[in-house]
Amino acid sequence: MLELKNIDKYYNPGSVNELCLFKEFNLTIEKGQFVAVVGSNGSGKTSLLNIICGSIDVDQGNIIVNGTDITGKKDYLRHRKIGRVYQDPSKGTCPGMTILENLSIADNKGKAYGLTAGVKKSRIAHYKKLLAQLNLGLEDKLYTKVGALSGGQRQAVSLLMATMTPIDFLILDEHTAALDPKTAEIIMELTDKIVQEKKVTTIMVTHNLRYAVEYGNRLIMMHEGKAILDKTDAEKEDINVDEIMKIFNQISVECGN
Amino acid sequence: MILLLSVFEQGLIYAIMALGVYITYKILDFPDLTVDGSFPMGAAITAVLISKDLNPLITLPISFIVGAFIGMLTGVIHVKLRVRDLLSGIIMMTALYTVNLRIAGRANLPIYNKQNIFDNDFVNSIFPQTLANFKTFILIFIITMITKYILDWYLHTKSGYLLRAVGDNDSIVTSLGIDKGFVKIVGLSIANGLVALSGCLFAQQQRYYDASFGTGTVVIGLASVIIGTSLFKKITLLRVTSSVVIGSLIYKGCVALAIRMGLQSTDLKLVTAVLFLLILVAGMDRKKKVKTDARA
Repeated sequence: MLELKNIDKYYNPGSVNELCLFKEFNLTIEKGQFVAVVGSNGSGKTSLLNIICGSIDVDQGNIIVNGTDITGKKDYLRHRKIGRVYQDPSKGTCPGMTILENLSIADNKGKAYGLTAGVKKSRIAHYKKLLAQLNLGLEDKLYTKVGALSGGQRQAVSLLMATMTPIDFLILDEHTAALDPKTAEIIMELTDKIVQEKKVTTIMVTHNLRYAVEYGNRLIMMHEGKAILDKTDAEKEDINVDEIMKIFNQISVECGN
Repeated sequence: MILLLSVFEQGLIYAIMALGVYITYKILDFPDLTVDGSFPMGAAITAVLISKDLNPLITLPISFIVGAFIGMLTGVIHVKLRVRDLLSGIIMMTALYTVNLRIAGRANLPIYNKQNIFDNDFVNSIFPQTLANFKTFILIFIITMITKYILDWYLHTKSGYLLRAVGDNDSIVTSLGIDKGFVKIVGLSIANGLVALSGCLFAQQQRYYDASFGTGTVVIGLASVIIGTSLFKKITLLRVTSSVVIGSLIYKGCVALAIRMGLQSTDLKLVTAVLFLLILVAGMDRKKKVKTDARA
């Protein structure tokens, strides 16, 4: 379970550009929830993810995971229990290393990175099985550098790498935004499959309202640092894309977009 | 013949330094100028230890460890004190100039009549008279190859994978739950350890230490790395580390050739710099680097 309690976050505090993003922001995400977060640019979606992952600090408030306060915990320590996929396909993988090497370092997450061989030969069959599930033909390209793959293929590998080891949270930061519609669809289905299989608590930020409605069991719409819409399970089932679009347009008009 | 041999000897010694530069420049994407200080530091320590009649063999591990410590300091300045990569190196390089003078006690320390790893009772007894001229070359070749293979092995361990990952895409290292700053510090340590080891061998081959040894070291290292990696880019069978070693030999050969064509030995640094510029212009490597360095 993840709890954000009374979070305050200012950008450029004390200057003329001071911007208050979050003011006493509260959010609780139950274990096993698949939350889709939508909202216009600058509404605080990505900042929310960055705050959870520790990429940016909060000015006030507490972040509590399963009852433990992790507010001051360093980002890399938090990531031991978090899998994250970024919008930019190149951010989730190492382009200069092969698919096999990429999967191997991800597979070792949570253990020591010592002086033993980087690739465990006995795991190769397992990696091939994982890659075969993607249906992208990557299982025959183990020795290809990830930099030579297309954006969609890379994002699929990123997703595998992020979810290879046991994690408390899967964080998806507009992970289909840089892909063409067809590839985005494949990645989204793959995401859903992995989330269902692993039953991992997932927070997905997306600009695609249809994905937000179709996938997951909770939908949050952010606007100016507030969750202006929050529907879970049965409530979410009743929502359709048109409705969300209407609300979305309303807030956009208010902002003069 | 003697000239060619000396080119090979120096080329192979500098190759170890170039392997260190390969780690910082190519793997970590960190233009590390500490090299100009850690190379003569290895030489200074070696000259002092040898002049005190210590077993020359122990100068190798000592130089490596001291070099690694120096690399760690550069890393701490960059990572913990948040100083830019280029500036961290400049600070260390400048400071080490004085430190090296202090270690050696003066700007020039000859060790001509002392035993060293290439010239001692044991080595002289196993090499037959006919090979006497080649013993330094053979020993340097063996040491360089061992170093290269150890580095190859390391880069394929889990720790080595992290090192490669941090230069490739450091956000992935954070995602793996590892402090990327720590990985950078480890990389800088190994790199400068190799550079100091190279300086150690250089002092023993030259049989003296001079404070000016360090000037331009980083340029020689970068030139070797760029020659090696761009010439042999297409040959996948050849490991990158091998191409760097060959790059270093080619570069030393070019410099020796330029000197042979009538330039004075005092022109060495100018030749070094001009050759490096030519290599940069010829190779396409500069485009990417100019951009990233301008941002750094």
